[in-house]
Amino acid sequence: MTFFEAVLLTIITASTPLVIAAIGELVTERAGVLNLGVEGMVIIGSVSAFAAAQLSGSAYIGLLAGVAGGALFSLLFSFLTLTLVANQVATGLALTIMGLGASGMIGESYVSVPGIRLLPIEIPLLSQIPYIGTVLFKQDIVFYLSILLVVAVNWFLFRSRAGLKLRAIGDSHSSAHALGIGVIRTRYLAVMFGGACAGLAGAQLSLIYTPQWTENMSGGRGWIALALVVFASWRPWRILAGGYLFGAVTILQLHAQAFGIGVPAQFLSMLPYAATVVVLIIISQNRRMTLINTPASLGKSFVPDR
Amino acid sequence: MKKIAIAFAATAAMIVSFGASAEAAGKTKACFIYVGSHTDGGWSQAHDMGRLAVEKEFGGKVETAFLENVAEGPDSERAIERMARSGCSIVFTTSFGFMDSTVAVAKKFPKVKFEHATGFKASDNLATYNSRFYEGRYINGQIAGKMSKKGIAGYIATFPVPEVVMGINAFEQGAKSVNPNFKMKVIWINTWFDPGKEADAAKALIDQGVDVLTQHTDTTAPMQVAEQRGVYAFGQSSDMIKAGPKVQLTAIEDTWGPYYIKRVKAVMDGTWKSEQSFDGLAAGNLTMAPFTNMPDDVKKMAEDTEAKIKSGELAPFTGPINKQDGTPWLKAGEKADDGTLLGMNFYVEGIDDKLPK
Repeated sequence: MTFFEAVLLTIITASTPLVIAAIGELVTERAGVLNLGVEGMVIIGSVSAFAAAQLSGSAYIGLLAGVAGGALFSLLFSFLTLTLVANQVATGLALTIMGLGASGMIGESYVSVPGIRLLPIEIPLLSQIPYIGTVLFKQDIVFYLSILLVVAVNWFLFRSRAGLKLRAIGDSHSSAHALGIGVIRTRYLAVMFGGACAGLAGAQLSLIYTPQWTENMSGGRGWIALALVVFASWRPWRILAGGYLFGAVTILQLHAQAFGIGVPAQFLSMLPYAATVVVLIIISQNRRMTLINTPASLGKSFVPDR
Repeated sequence: MKKIAIAFAATAAMIVSFGASAEAAGKTKACFIYVGSHTDGGWSQAHDMGRLAVEKEFGGKVETAFLENVAEGPDSERAIERMARSGCSIVFTTSFGFMDSTVAVAKKFPKVKFEHATGFKASDNLATYNSRFYEGRYINGQIAGKMSKKGIAGYIATFPVPEVVMGINAFEQGAKSVNPNFKMKVIWINTWFDPGKEADAAKALIDQGVDVLTQHTDTTAPMQVAEQRGVYAFGQSSDMIKAGPKVQLTAIEDTWGPYYIKRVKAVMDGTWKSEQSFDGLAAGNLTMAPFTNMPDDVKKMAEDTEAKIKSGELAPFTGPINKQDGTPWLKAGEKADDGTLLGMNFYVEGIDDKLPK
C-alpha cells in the first residue's frame, strides 16, 4: 500500500459515517421534519451494533442491529412530534441527550471488550486497477452502501413520484394534505429512514472505524452530519462532496502536523470547520437557489384541520 | 446527559440517605468527581478503582460517593458544591479542568477537605496531588529506542499543558539514552477522549513512517490501529493488552488506591494537612504493566531502569539536556526541579514538532 492509498483509505473511513447520517437526515428534512436527534440515533446505532455483534459473533448481524436500533429509536421522535405534535427542536435535542445517556447504560458491560471488525469485500478485477483499485474496490460493505444511498436518494427525490410527494409535503404540508397525500404517514417513514441511516453510521463507528464500544464515541459526528445537510443545501450529491471535503481536511491536517510544517496545531484542527464556514458563505451568495432548495415547511408541526 | 441527570438524581438520593446516616454514625465520607464515566477504561476508571480500594480498606467505616461525566470548566462548580453540601468529609476532584471550581468551592466550605488532581492551586483546606507519570514515559521511551528500527516514534497528544509536554520530553529523553538520534513526531488532537480522532491520528503517524506509537489519550483506539498495522505501542492509564496482544510493549497504569487510603486515613485521624503530593513509581502511584512482545535484553534494561528510578539513582530529567532549539537547559549532572517540570512549556532537543502555545 502506497502512502497515497493509505491516506485516501483513512479519509474514506472518516467521511463515510458523515455521508450516511447526513443523507438520512436530508430525506427527513426534505419531508419537512427537523430532527436534531441525529447524534443520539448514531450512538444508539453504535451500541446496538456492538452489542449484537458480541452476542451473535457476526459483524453483519451487528450492522443490521445498528440500522434497526437507529430506526426504532427515531420512532420515539416521530410519535412525540408527529402524533403528539410536540416541538421538533426540543424533542430532537432530548433525543440526542437521551441517546447518549441510554447508550452509556446499555453499553456499560461492553467497555474495553475487544470488538469484532467488519471485514472488507474485495471486488474481483476492479480491485486490481492501479492506484484507485485497492482504495475504492477493496472496501467494507458500508462504504459501498454509502455511495449507493446517495445515488438512490437522488433518484428517489427527483425522479420518482413518491419522492415528488415527499418534497411536496416538505414544502407545504397543508397543500399536500388537501391533495390527499398522507402527510403524517410519509413523515413517519422519512424520519425512520433518517434513523436507520444514522444507526448505520453508528454501526460503522463501532464495527469498522474503531471496533470497540466507548461511551460518547460518536464524538459529535451527528452534529456535523446535521450541518452537512444545510451545507449541501438539501441536494444529495453535495452531501457526498461536503462529507468528503470535511473528512479530507480533518485527516490532512493530522498529516500536516506529523510532517511538522510549523503551523500551530490549534489552527490546523480548526481548518475543517473553517472550510465549512467558507463554503457556506459562498453558497449563501445565491439566495434564490438556497430558497428554492430549502423545504418551506421545515420544522413546522402539522395538525390536519379536517 | 440523561445519564448525568440520572446520576445526579441517584446521587442526590444517596446524599440524602448517606448524609443522614454518615453524620449519625460519625462516619467519614469520601467523595469523588470524575470527568468521564467510571467505566471509561482509562483515567476516570483508574480513579474509581482507587475509590473502591478505599471502601475495601475501611469497610463500613467510610462511605464513598461519586459524580461522573462532569464537564470541566465553570459548570463543574455546581457538582463539587453539591458534594460538599452533602456531608462529604473530603472531596477529590480528579481532572485538571476542575481546578478553579475546586478553589471556589473550597473557599465556601472551609470545614470540608478538598484535593485536586494534577493542578497547582492550593489553600488551607485544598491539597493537590499528582503522579510522576513521566517516570513511566521515560521507561517507555527507552524501550522504544531499542525496539524502533527507524528510530522514530509517534506521540498522540491532547492539549499543550505542562503534563503532556513533560510526557513527550520524558519519552524523548528515554529514547535518546539508547539512540542519540531518536526522533519524535507529535499530533495534537485537542481532546482526551474521541476514539475516532485518536484512530485517525494513529493512522496518520503510521502512514508517515513511525514504527512505535504512544498516546496520551484515554481510549484503546490507537492501540487497536497499532495491532492492525503491526506497529509497537504503549498503553495509557490502564493495561491495554486486550486491544493489542501482539504489539503492546508495556503500559503506564495509574494506581491511586494507596494515596486515597492514606489521605482518607489522615482525615479519620484528624491529621490531614494541605500538601502538594507529587509521587511516582517509588510510592506505587503508577506501575508498569508487564513488559511484553520484546526480547529479554530489552526487558532486562527496562526492569533495571524501573529499579533505578524507584531507588532514586536515576532521574529522567538529568543534564546535559538542551532545549529544542539547541540552547542549554540543564548542565551535566543537574536535575530538573519540580517547579520547572510542573510548568514545563518547552520541548527538548530531537522533537520534530512546533509546540502550540
